[in-house]
Amino acid sequence: MSIQTTRFSEGRDLKRAGVYAIIGALSIYLWWTVYRALPATSAWLAYDLLPLTRGSHLGASVEFFLYDTPKVMMLLVLVVFFTGIIRSFFTPEKTRAFLSGKSEFAGNILAALLGIVTPFCSCSAVPLFIGFVTAGVPLGVTFSFLIAAPMVNEIALGLLYGLLGWKIAAIYMGTGLFVAILAGWVIGRLKLENHIEDWVTNTLATGVTMEEEKMTWHDRIVYGWDAVKEIIGRVWVYMVLGIGVGAGIHGFVPEGVMASIMGDDHWWSVPLSVLVGVPMYANAAGVIPVVEALLGKGAALGSVLAFMMSVIALSLPEMVILRKVLKPRLIAIFAIVVACGILMVGYLFNLIL
Amino acid sequence: MEIKVLGPGCAKCDKTEKLIREAVAETGCDATVEKITDMMQIAAFGVVATPTVIIDNTVKCSGKVPKKQDVISWLT
Repeated sequence: MSIQTTRFSEGRDLKRAGVYAIIGALSIYLWWTVYRALPATSAWLAYDLLPLTRGSHLGASVEFFLYDTPKVMMLLVLVVFFTGIIRSFFTPEKTRAFLSGKSEFAGNILAALLGIVTPFCSCSAVPLFIGFVTAGVPLGVTFSFLIAAPMVNEIALGLLYGLLGWKIAAIYMGTGLFVAILAGWVIGRLKLENHIEDWVTNTLATGVTMEEEKMTWHDRIVYGWDAVKEIIGRVWVYMVLGIGVGAGIHGFVPEGVMASIMGDDHWWSVPLSVLVGVPMYANAAGVIPVVEALLGKGAALGSVLAFMMSVIALSLPEMVILRKVLKPRLIAIFAIVVACGILMVGYLFNLIL
Repeated sequence: MEIKVLGPGCAKCDKTEKLIREAVAETGCDATVEKITDMMQIAAFGVVATPTVIIDNTVKCSGKVPKKQDVISWLT
């Protein structure tokens, strides 16, 4: 890609930047116009085009579905695109070099923060784990990264912002980071290095040379747009299903029914939310629309946060993947420590709100 | 030329392998393509993300599906 930079003269680069600025401004204007027209359009579709009555169960469900699906999709496109551009500045290699040899507590905080912006796919959790540990990143710091990366991501934050507002999105981000930092720190303190599978520590990297990739702004925009296509292509089915279930709950489940199960008046509602969440393997795109509907029916925020986090951060398939590098005891401790962190968050929010 | 595609077999990894094979066929260059799915072997290369493309012991691309025109530029 470095060839491209040299091929274009400065004048052409400037002209290109101008073209991008105009296209960008036009797209954002168009985006905003469509976004603002969504509430009226969905109501018109549900009650004028379709023969549904205002205030009926089915009408409420259909309007909710027709409004939320395009709204969340549009927000996701925007958030994923800009996160993609930010992510193009980070690579797992750079993050590893940055974290290796960092002291424990500060390392945990940095690892959790870098987990948000470093491109990460759960199928490369194993090489990443090995690469980090063998390069001298402390075990607990590696865990902070591995907990934060899938949990606090642009899909979750974009959806939370779109469906529940910036406050809940910020609370989720803050508490997610808190769980990742705390759980990683505790795992580090427990000195569990001997519970990593032996072959990992015996792995010696052969000498392959890494090619430093130079990216131009054009490359970063392409990277952001590729991320949009890839992520929307992967999650839209879950999102539509999630919004569908949410719409059903929204229209048909009576007000306040969730208060008795996921409310804040029983001590067991938070652990129950976690237990229900662990075996569910859904991504943020499918879970958050359901969560929004549950909140609307009287579920308490703490229980809902706990449910959401345990679905996204504690999943059985991920533990199966990690089993290749961790001995069973370390997997169990990892799950318990993260679950405790999630319980703390759940109780805290049920208590203060 | 010796090309290795490292990846445990997720959708992105399969896409990368297909792309590389297509590019090799199109350019008609003399290259062997090997797919490495074993975690232990992947880790031994010292890469931290998959899919990774290694050509003659140099990591060309890591953690994403490469663009076809880039692949062709590596081959020629």
